[in-house]
Amino acid sequence: MRVWKFGDDIDTDAIIPGRFLTIYDEKELAQHAFEGTRDDFSRLAQDGDVIVAGRNFGCGSSREHAPLALKGAGIRFILAQSFARIFFRNAINVGLLPLVCPQTDAIKDGCSIIVKEREGIVIAEGREYAIEPVPEFMYSIVEAAGLVGYAKQLKEAPVCTKSRR
Amino acid sequence: MGATIVEKIFSSRCRQDIRAGAVVMAPVDGAMIHDITGPLAIRKFYEMGGERVFDPRRIIMLFDHQIPADSIEAAKNHVYMRKFAAEQDIHNYDICEGVCHQVVMEKGHAAPGEIIVGADSHTCMYGAAGAFATGIGSTDMGFVLKFGALYFRVPESIRAEVNGRFGYRVGAKDLILSIAADIGADGATYKAIEFCGQTVGDLDMPGRMTCCNMAIEMGAKTGIVAPDQMTWDYVAQHRVGSRPFALASDPDASYAERRSYDVGRLEPQVATPHNVDQGVPVGTVAGTHIDQVFIGSCTNGRFEDFFEAAEVLGTRAFSEKVRVIIIPASRDEYLKILRAGLIERFVAAGALVGAPSCGPCMGGAFGLLAPGEVSLSTSNRNFRGRQGSTEAEVYLCSAATAAASAITGEITDPREV
Repeated sequence: MRVWKFGDDIDTDAIIPGRFLTIYDEKELAQHAFEGTRDDFSRLAQDGDVIVAGRNFGCGSSREHAPLALKGAGIRFILAQSFARIFFRNAINVGLLPLVCPQTDAIKDGCSIIVKEREGIVIAEGREYAIEPVPEFMYSIVEAAGLVGYAKQLKEAPVCTKSRR
Repeated sequence: MGATIVEKIFSSRCRQDIRAGAVVMAPVDGAMIHDITGPLAIRKFYEMGGERVFDPRRIIMLFDHQIPADSIEAAKNHVYMRKFAAEQDIHNYDICEGVCHQVVMEKGHAAPGEIIVGADSHTCMYGAAGAFATGIGSTDMGFVLKFGALYFRVPESIRAEVNGRFGYRVGAKDLILSIAADIGADGATYKAIEFCGQTVGDLDMPGRMTCCNMAIEMGAKTGIVAPDQMTWDYVAQHRVGSRPFALASDPDASYAERRSYDVGRLEPQVATPHNVDQGVPVGTVAGTHIDQVFIGSCTNGRFEDFFEAAEVLGTRAFSEKVRVIIIPASRDEYLKILRAGLIERFVAAGALVGAPSCGPCMGGAFGLLAPGEVSLSTSNRNFRGRQGSTEAEVYLCSAATAAASAITGEITDPREV
């Protein structure tokens, strides 16, 4: 699994430009992922590749097409120093895992990486980097194949309950 | 300890004491979908086993981004959503009324104390009506369509107190651009920005909408202004029988941060490429050549914005070297500027005046930029590629600055024309 490295403030217009938003199929969206920003991504990204970025990944529009395009390209994990909030939620809802990793500056583009999310680490070029734990309730959504799977099991929403953190 | 207005809204809707940091499944009072995010939300609704939406009266459906249909795909999406509306008895504003956030506000779909979600990031604009309003993705919206509720992590609030009087041709857009430059693109992530102080109290509803609209550009979950008489008067126009009640943060509420601003010396601001938080006083970029000016969007597409632009324009013409695109944010606002004679003035001056839509704001439907072109826009986002080519540049500003610059053909301080 290789790393696709990006900087800070990678916005959802960069991930999938506005003119492609009539598309809903994730494989088709993937063909335009990062178009105009990093054109080799859609050609070369493979199943299991990992995106590694700086701060505020996924800022901007709420377009769910953004995490969908990345999922269609084969991405399962996104590591970043911080995430924009709508993107964070959308990524989990479509079944991607956004992982907060304070040391992404040290991880280089193109290197190979192993993600051990349950153990809280990633290994790149022989070095270990810590990732912050994901709330259990978010895992349950990702593992239920996204919010759709979780919602299918629900007869009605447990309104005004506080979740166990 | 006291509570913030956001905590009070959740506590009231959830009928228990709720504080920032809590994760709750809260009822949703209104849910907005448009033509870009709606089709996917509807698909997710069905995939989740949805048959009937939770309450068709609480769903606001309209088309605004790709209208009238600018491609066969867009037309198919519109048909898909119309079918859903008919099947579910949802009133569909279709292409007729204008930009989603403007329509939600002017048709009375947001009121103080409500929790409203929209499948669009600028949903936070309805905080100007004293609602808790936030943007969500299509899958979350599918969940809302089915259950009428959603998980929220209740945000802490940043108190942004604004005092002082605006100078000549300086206003709400300049204020919010300067706040964005101060707080930064991710400085308010997961937080609510509570706008208060004398200046905010003096702002009209359009000005409050401009400010709340751009809270997302700082990563905020929402922006909000505590309802006052102006809010209730506005809401009362569209919600017959709504009665004011007190809703404000307690003096001893706990905030993540408190910031204060004085607009007395605020100059017109311009956000430079390629981030909204790169705001500078207009003088810093004055003289920059521009190819296209867009005056409109949910941020600044109201009568008051066009009045401001017309006041700057006077009896002059726009520069022939610039394409000027003017788009009111709704049918109501269009009629206002029509009746005030502003459309004639803008067209005579050389502008294109279009039917209400999102237009060039997001580089989807029309008005796209070629590599090397420069646009000056009253909209809310200027990421690389936002309005077309990734090798184009977008600057953001107020209606006054846009009008002044459209006259000269380069970025211009509106106080100097």
